Amino acid sequence: MEALSFLMQGLSVAMDPMLLLYALIGVTLGTAVGVLPGIGPALTVALLLPVTYGHDPAGSLIMFAGIYYGGMYGGSTTSILLNTPGESASIITALEGNKMARAGRGGPALATAAIGSFIAGLIATLALAFLAPYVVKVALAFGPRDYFALMCLAFITVSSAFGDSARKGLISLFIGLALALVGIDQLTGQARLSFGVPQLLDGIEVTTLAVAMFALGEAFFVAGNRATGDDQVIAVKGSVWMTANDWARSWKAWLRGTVIGFPIGALPAGGAEIGTFLSYAAEKRLTKHPEEFGNGAIEGVAGPEAANNASAAGTLVPLLTLGLPTSATAAIMLAGFQQFGLQPGPLLFVTNPQLVWGLIASLLIANVMLLILNLPLIGLWVRLLTIPKPWLYAGIMVFATLGTIGANPSPVELTMLLIFGLMGYLMRVHGYPIAPVVVGLILGPMAEQQLRRALSIAQGDVFTLVGSPLSATLLAFSVLALVVPMVLRMRGKGQMLSQLAAEED
Amino acid sequence: MSGYNPSQRRPDGAALAMAGLLAALGGVILWDAARLHEIGGYSGVGPGDVARWIGYALLGLAIWSGIAAFRETPVRPPRQDVVSVLWVAGGLAAQILLLKTAGFAIATGLLFAFTARGFGKRNLALTIPVGIIFALVVYLVFAGLLKLTLPAGPLEHLFLGK
Repeated sequence: MEALSFLMQGLSVAMDPMLLLYALIGVTLGTAVGVLPGIGPALTVALLLPVTYGHDPAGSLIMFAGIYYGGMYGGSTTSILLNTPGESASIITALEGNKMARAGRGGPALATAAIGSFIAGLIATLALAFLAPYVVKVALAFGPRDYFALMCLAFITVSSAFGDSARKGLISLFIGLALALVGIDQLTGQARLSFGVPQLLDGIEVTTLAVAMFALGEAFFVAGNRATGDDQVIAVKGSVWMTANDWARSWKAWLRGTVIGFPIGALPAGGAEIGTFLSYAAEKRLTKHPEEFGNGAIEGVAGPEAANNASAAGTLVPLLTLGLPTSATAAIMLAGFQQFGLQPGPLLFVTNPQLVWGLIASLLIANVMLLILNLPLIGLWVRLLTIPKPWLYAGIMVFATLGTIGANPSPVELTMLLIFGLMGYLMRVHGYPIAPVVVGLILGPMAEQQLRRALSIAQGDVFTLVGSPLSATLLAFSVLALVVPMVLRMRGKGQMLSQLAAEED
Repeated sequence: MSGYNPSQRRPDGAALAMAGLLAALGGVILWDAARLHEIGGYSGVGPGDVARWIGYALLGLAIWSGIAAFRETPVRPPRQDVVSVLWVAGGLAAQILLLKTAGFAIATGLLFAFTARGFGKRNLALTIPVGIIFALVVYLVFAGLLKLTLPAGPLEHLFLGK
């Protein structure tokens, strides 16, 4: 029970009153921002990154954990009451949850989402704690070629396996990879694509790109589509509490959702949203009240919401143990780590165990805080939904630029923010996915480094890349993940894939 | 690709434009890679090689886009309210230009007001003061309490008394 003692150690780190305060601030801010319409967890984390700048790594990362869980919780509130899911993982929640809210059962819908998120978060975080040491042990034996193959798989699954079009996904990915070239080459120190502009030598900041594409791109997009009508906030009527019947119908759905969601998130591949779809399908098949599905079935909220949180905690497995972000949110969390010069991966567990386990423990604490904080405060969060759009987006723009200004107040950096923001807008308009750009920017240099290292070890022999069973298998999966969906689409079965599309943030 | 009939359809302009952009980007990368010294070392792969592969991949995607522009049914994007987008972008441009001289609060206040304008609050005489006050509060909270370094102008000096 090595994990347990580590976890206990982590809990004693996280129980420090100052750190508890950070976690509380994180949870509150995360919920408050996450609840705003159109803002999902990725955007929440990106917007609130600057809040954590001034502190030491431990405090910041713990605040971060709180923001992450808070943002997810807030997102589900929005989708239930407003039917505008801030993230694709909440689409399913919106499906049944919004129907429940319309039928005057918004309170129980919010409650089952909150408690389901709590239970799923609790189980999944514990699973993360127990799984992580094993993955780390395996990962320590990975060679550069294995990492390279793993990253290829992540590239493909994030960009082209799901969604309408492999072409658009790959274009997004390669735009990210092209942007990743900018700056000084890590192995030889030569400047690439910097065109003599000194600010470009450092490369393109991940946070700048992420904030620009997610926050600014979204703001531009909403401004451009303003004519398409306003959304109605549904007031929470009646009791917030769940009846005995609600409990009886919810608890199994929570557990099933967790079991479905966690492994999907934990796989080192993209598409974490699939868990919510699978959970919804499972609940629909197993329910004793099939007539309620589509009209506000509580299982349809409880299961997917649990699956959503479980797979979000699951994505932390590849993020922490392999340094591999497999969702937009995870990509931005990775950027947060890098801000403190920390590189998540097996080595971080060895060199800085206190920090990693403190973080995992504070995820547990943040989860408990959320439940205590949110059930009584639902009314307050709901009021945030009624902020008029002009003020809301004006505020979002201020906070989006605040991070960049705080990190590097140069006109070059801000101009990049503007350009990438417009790029994100145009990509949204024409249906190009955003997450692959960010993932390409983050993973591009890492993949290049591993590739060149692998080739160095083998003295330039290309076949070394398929030389270990693991790398060969992973590369084979990458090819399959690229080819199979393309064949499916060509045969007119693409609809299922676009339903599974990971719509960003 | 059933029902393909070239005489009935104009090519998808957006996909064609994307093809052009990708080709340009790929070209720039290849041009830049050509001037790099090849220090392949033991791997035989230098900094220019990886850039070159990405450049070629972009050219390949450009060709794919170009073909798709003629063969796939164009998806009409929803009509965009360009003026609103320009207001928001203009707000950001104003902030970039004014940040150094006027300080965080005034520059960001303009961003706030222009964004609100883009979202339908037209009365700049109201939104600019509101924006400046809002940005000043943000400044005081973030620079004062959370130790973030933000560029100060006359207004900030007035409040922090430096």
